[in-house]
Amino acid sequence: MLEDRDRIFRNLYGFHDAGLKGAIRRGAWDGTKLFIDRGHDWIIDEVKKSGLRGRGGAGFPTGLKWSFMPKADPRPSYLVINADESEPGSCKDREILRHDPHLLVEGALLASFAMRAHTSYVYVRGEYIREREALQRAVDEAYAANLIGKNNVHGWDFDLYVVHGAGAYICGEETAMLESIEGKKGQPRLKPPFPANVGLWGAPTTINNVESIAVAGEILRRGATWFADLGIPNNTGTKLFQISGHVDKPCVVEEEMGIPMKELIEKHCGGVRGGWDNLLAVIPGGSSVRCITAAQATDVTMDFDALGKLGSGLGTAAVIVMDKSTDIIAAIRRLAYFYKHESCGQCTPCREGTGWMWRVLERMERGRAEKSEIDMLFDVTKQVEGHTICALGDAAAWPVQGLIKNFRPVIEARIDDYKKSHARQAAE
Amino acid sequence: MAVRRLHPDQPSHFAFSAENEAWAREQIAKYPAGKQAGAIIQLLWRAQEQAGWLPEPAIRHVTEMLGMAHIRGLEVATFYTMFQLSPVGRKAHVQVCGTTPCMLRGSNDLVDVCKRRIAPHQHELSADGTMSWEEVECMGNCANAPMVQIYKDTFEDLTPASLEAVLDGFAAGEPPVAGSQIGRIASCPEGGQTSLTDPKLYDGSTIGAWKKRFEETAPPPAAVEAAPASALASPAHKAAVASGTSPSSPGGAPAATAPQAPAVHPAALAAMANAGLVKELNERGGGGKPLSADELEKLKTPTPTVLRAPQFGGGGDAKPELLAVPRYGKGDDLGLIWGVADKLAEKLNALGIWHFDQIASWTPANVAWFETQMDGFKGRIDRDKWIEQCQKLASGWRPGSDVGERPKG
Repeated sequence: MLEDRDRIFRNLYGFHDAGLKGAIRRGAWDGTKLFIDRGHDWIIDEVKKSGLRGRGGAGFPTGLKWSFMPKADPRPSYLVINADESEPGSCKDREILRHDPHLLVEGALLASFAMRAHTSYVYVRGEYIREREALQRAVDEAYAANLIGKNNVHGWDFDLYVVHGAGAYICGEETAMLESIEGKKGQPRLKPPFPANVGLWGAPTTINNVESIAVAGEILRRGATWFADLGIPNNTGTKLFQISGHVDKPCVVEEEMGIPMKELIEKHCGGVRGGWDNLLAVIPGGSSVRCITAAQATDVTMDFDALGKLGSGLGTAAVIVMDKSTDIIAAIRRLAYFYKHESCGQCTPCREGTGWMWRVLERMERGRAEKSEIDMLFDVTKQVEGHTICALGDAAAWPVQGLIKNFRPVIEARIDDYKKSHARQAAE
Repeated sequence: MAVRRLHPDQPSHFAFSAENEAWAREQIAKYPAGKQAGAIIQLLWRAQEQAGWLPEPAIRHVTEMLGMAHIRGLEVATFYTMFQLSPVGRKAHVQVCGTTPCMLRGSNDLVDVCKRRIAPHQHELSADGTMSWEEVECMGNCANAPMVQIYKDTFEDLTPASLEAVLDGFAAGEPPVAGSQIGRIASCPEGGQTSLTDPKLYDGSTIGAWKKRFEETAPPPAAVEAAPASALASPAHKAAVASGTSPSSPGGAPAATAPQAPAVHPAALAAMANAGLVKELNERGGGGKPLSADELEKLKTPTPTVLRAPQFGGGGDAKPELLAVPRYGKGDDLGLIWGVADKLAEKLNALGIWHFDQIASWTPANVAWFETQMDGFKGRIDRDKWIEQCQKLASGWRPGSDVGERPKG
């Protein structure tokens, strides 16, 4: 079990002062200058050694990502921090932004310094208005205390800007986010070139999730070994888990990577509504991963590898719990609608496919379908997956694939029921 | 995608209020010439806050301020769903989150309340024209589901009855307290914390407790590198230099419109001496003890930035990162780079290049340096797109064939 002293987000629930003074008392902005004095490469090396994997969903090693930035380039370098938290189930960055924003501001300085960037943008989703205000307060405090800005106490000129979106899930995709910051529709760019070469305004840019950046300061303070000793190999450290849906007490909580899912739910959330035996399925990493069954959920640990083996994923560690009262077809149909609504419309397989999948699931929810259409639906998900510029197509396909893979008998029974009741009506 | 169209009835004219106009000019000035378009979302949002919704003349007005084609403004306004292209309720526009995490906890019942109390369909004004509602996609409050957002605030952990109470409040012009409607604090588990109960986290004892590790090993010499001078020409920086003020975010609402803004205006804070700041921090309180002498010192003493002349393509920086031995004792299979076979891979190893990520981070100067090390090699790295290939390979991607995959284009 994770000890309180190893938790990084100490004001997760906002019981304490989120301002500069409170943050300093909890250990933020402590030794920042010491780390900067050790140099760019020392920071990158420590983060590499810590084994930190990006907290935005894909789990790419953060230190390695930072090392891709050019070391001597005539163009300015940028760090863009992704606070466009919109993945259904995810609600962790919100807590960092409003309750522990100084960890983010400090991390932004350290990460920018490591990548030789003097400017960083935090892109906050448009709906997080109070959260944006809270972050702006922290940024203003840091400027006023000369912790960031020109000629600051750390000896590395650094400007941090808070910018925002206006309600487009796709802007969480890194290149769509760059388009949005540049004042365009958020439509993803083709890669390559990768943002580390051609990013914001054509300059080298790295995009990181809020949580990945906010843990950087504490990793440097406590050391790569401390972080690497938490969790399990290849899935190190702590993580903010977000549990929603049919549990007694939904919450956000910081726990060790690799914690068993059952322990997570029973320890912090008071268990599944109606007991563990009442569990039907879990979406373990936000809406974009395939759901797993109750039997799989009983033994699985919360890490990238174990969930990956089940054909699902850790994603943002947003655990959506569904008990046996759930109409699983309706639950996935609602996700299909979400992707239909949020597709940017750029690639045909996604623009047309997401709407098509949603419409078929609408019928299947009521049983008004043929059993052969289940295979056809699966086939269409395969035609969307991997055939689009960004991963939204994949993200739209996977939940539907998870439904068919794990709950095909439910769909078939629904179709049978519909046929039976309508055969009777026709006979009457 | 969502199909969104302009409202058929449009006002003839839109202009920012004097205060908003000044604010908008301030935001635009933060961007360097040619990049003002970046301010469009903030400006459209401010226009919507002023007008209540986003009429077509406002979109046109903003694009003109930014020197953009009208169609670019229309693209942005129709793409981002928070821009209301039709009039919404004056007293409340209720955004009900309907995505699966909220749906599992009863958001359909909230939609029914809205249909009954406000209007049968979303984006429709109520009979008295004061309220409207819409179903929105995930609002990121999943641990406090179900929820609605009305203007800036969220109302969480709702039931149909508590939503009715929230709506009553807005109808009467007395909005209820935002946040959880069952008395929860943020996303803390209902009934009490299961973590973060150790008082040592909050008594200041964690400050400096980690330093022992650093004292055991002597610190290496200071390695702060100078930044390329052109990096300072970022939009942020230019604006700050030009205006002579500490920049605040282009996205931030001014303190005047933000009820929860600090007691002191950011600009005033910036103008304060550091000593004054500390006094200010102490006076503003927050329940903590005053800063210790060391902390004060830390906040007060500015360290001058040491800047060296930039070095591009110069001798020292041209050499890429080289390793005498591979990390963790084993190099990557460089033969997977299309255009690199066994012999070349051996040469690369001999030079100290073992890993894809080494090549992935090469700059043009590094490439030039490398080409001087190899005979008859000029242009090949660019032609075969080694850097692109290596970025892909370093991210874990693997080609279908063991001689690599020919880069496209």
